[in-house]
Formats: sequence, C-alpha cells, structure tokens
Amino acid sequence: MSDEAEIVLSELSTEDLVLQMHDDLYDGLKEEIEEGTNILLERGWAPYKVLTEALVEGMRIVGEDFRDGILFVPEVLLSANAMKAGMFILRPLLAATGAPKQGKMVIGTVKGDIHDIGKNLVGMMMEGAGFDVIDLGINNPVENYIDAIEEHEPDILGMSALLTTTMPYMKVVIDTMVEKGIRDDYTVLVGGAPLNEEFGAAIGADAYCRDAAVAVETAKEFMARKHNQRASA
Amino acid sequence: MHSPPTAQSSHTSRKALRVIACGALAREIEALRATSALAHISLTCLPAILHNHPERIAPAVDEAITKAKADGYRNIFVAYAECGTGGALDTVCERHGVGRIDGPHCYAFYAGLGTFEAWDEFDAFYLTDFLARQFKAFVVDPLKLDQHPELIAMMFKNYKKLVYLEQQRDDELRRKAQDAAEFLGLEYELRVTGFGELTSALETVDHAH
Repeated sequence: MSDEAEIVLSELSTEDLVLQMHDDLYDGLKEEIEEGTNILLERGWAPYKVLTEALVEGMRIVGEDFRDGILFVPEVLLSANAMKAGMFILRPLLAATGAPKQGKMVIGTVKGDIHDIGKNLVGMMMEGAGFDVIDLGINNPVENYIDAIEEHEPDILGMSALLTTTMPYMKVVIDTMVEKGIRDDYTVLVGGAPLNEEFGAAIGADAYCRDAAVAVETAKEFMARKHNQRASA
Repeated sequence: MHSPPTAQSSHTSRKALRVIACGALAREIEALRATSALAHISLTCLPAILHNHPERIAPAVDEAITKAKADGYRNIFVAYAECGTGGALDTVCERHGVGRIDGPHCYAFYAGLGTFEAWDEFDAFYLTDFLARQFKAFVVDPLKLDQHPELIAMMFKNYKKLVYLEQQRDDELRRKAQDAAEFLGLEYELRVTGFGELTSALETVDHAH
C-alpha cells in the first residue's frame, strides 16, 4: 500500500493543478489529464490558456527529457496519448473561441514507410502550437503530397521517414515541387531517426528537425520570416 | 579461446581474421565456426541490445576495431549490416579500412539482398531466431508492452504481419514466434532462410586474407 495520500485534482489550487497536470502528462495519465482539463475550463480558463500552459508546457518538459535521453519512446507515447485526450476536449472549444493561428501544415510519412510515431508527435505539437495540421498518414506517394498542397494551400510541408531505404523519397517529392514551379511557395521540413542536417540540405529541404520541439520552433521561425517578408514587401 | 596475434607472430595469415559481430549473430557465427572452414576466425561480439539505440552501434564498433588493432589484428571484419546507423557505421568502417556485411539489416542478408528487396514488404515486422528467442527482452520489455498494452496498437497498428525468418529449425522458436505474432495482433508467416548471405560474407572476407 502506498504511503502517499491520493491527490484529488479538484481540491488543488489552480496553480498546483497546472503543475500536477505537467506531472500527469509526464507519467502519461490520460484520465487525469482529461479531468484536469475539464476542471481548468470549469474554473473559467480559456481553452487556449489550458492548451498552452497546461498541455503544451507539460509536453515541452517531456520533449526535453526525451531529447536528453531521460525518457524513451514508450513514455513519450503515453504522454502524447494523454495530451491527445486533453486536446480532444479542447479542439472544438478552440475553434469556437477563435484561438490564434500560427499557420497551416501538411504532414505525412513517405511512400514505403509505415512508421508514424514521430510524425504523429510533430503533428500534435504543431497543433498545440496553433497550427492547422492536415495529416496524410503513412505510405504517401508524391501525388498525395502534391494534391494536398493544392487542396489545402499550407505554409509548411512536413515529411517523415524512419528507414534509410525510404528517406530518399523525400527528394522525389521536393524535385516534383521544383518541376511544378511551386517549391519556393512552401517551407519544407523533414525529420526521422536516420536523417540529419546534411541530408536535409542535400535533398533541398528548408530544414531538418530532429524532434517535435525543434519542428515547432523551426516552423514558427519560418512563419515569422514569411510575415516579415510580407510586411516589408 | 583464441590468443591474440602479436606484432612478431605470423598471425598475419588467414588465421588472424578478427570478426566483430553483433551479439544477435553470435549463435549463428558460432554455428558456422563449428561446422565450416571458418573455425579459425576470432570472434568478438558486441551487446545485441545496442540495436535498441542504433546511435550507439558505430561508437561501440569503432572502439572494438581500435582494440582489435591494438591486439595486433590486421584483418578485421564487421559482422553488422547498416543497422539504422544512418551512415555512421560506414564512416567508422571506411576510416579503419574495414568491411562489413552488405545490406540494411540482418533480415536482408538472411533473406538475401535481392530476395528481400523483391519482397518489398514495408508492413511486415520481422523476427530472426535471435529475436524470436529474445522477444520479451528486446521487444516487450524495452517497449513496455506488458505494462502498457495500449502501446501495442500505438506502435504496431500499421504492421500487417509478423514474418519469422528462420535460421535454424527449432520448433520451440517457431512456437515463440507464433506467440509473438499473436501478442502483437499480427498475422504470422514462417520463412526458412538459413544463414543466407551471412555465410558467404564471412567466407569471402576469410578467403581474401
């Protein structure tokens, strides 16, 4: 039997509740995150504030410890699953309250590759950072990317691959964008375990992102540049 | 046990080949040593669990090659495929002037590179004899699938089947592989590969010295 007293989320101060939610996200406690999200909303927090201060901040800590080798894929997946549950509650409320939007991203795993853990994390963190995310799923031929770009007109295209045998396909997509004369209309971000900056540069991507946190920061930087260019035009 | 060659010894002959192998190949290479003309090779194995952190493979191989050279071995071969190191293993091998087994991973060289490529099965999760034997230690435990069964779907939902590439007939391993498929919720398929191109890779490098 545990000596620790059971924590009742509804009895915590709002400040302590947010800190507890960071801990619960870290521990991948889905039901607690759902409960905490609802309590904060009941206490009058705006959905965007719940998202950024409770969920995204909690996942930022998870991301840092993943990067530093303290957490591993299973723990991060459980955390992501908990955050996903919170976002499920917040998503319709965010849309209804007109939360600030950073931009739009189309993301997908390349042809011949079914690995989507990293891609899903990036998609979720991008959504948490205020991007509209159109997720194409796995095993995407070049046509899927081009069609999605034409349909959704995103600011950013994200491609993911886990295999050394599939990552060269990213160049096929970028080369096709070049052929169509649309390459420079989009920021292309690439990621995946076997990639590195050198590969990203070699295939003509704008940036290689080693993890979801870096992807969000990089996407924000490119959006800021875009806005500055527009402002000075 | 093999005595390391000294600088003054005559171990620069074909008998002085040091093979630095992934621990997941240890039984198979030992089996080859027991039954073939490869009995004289000096084998050193690195922990197979390095595969769960591929970024650690190249530094570990680098250290093992350096040690083999310090021990006086001039002929060294790395019994690893590329193994998801993102080119890092090749960089180490090239720097030391040492060869490795062709292919992206052991599934490919067991099946035969051409055969594996022709299979073109990106939705297959492969097991070898080693992985069938060590499924709990190398898959279930590190991925925490026992503690958190919800992770099974999150990690394996995109796979369709588990393909057991069998090196040596063992009914107990076949049963374990089938259990693994069931545990992961995947279709099961058995393919007998034998040692595939592992044998020819070692024989080729041995004959070259």
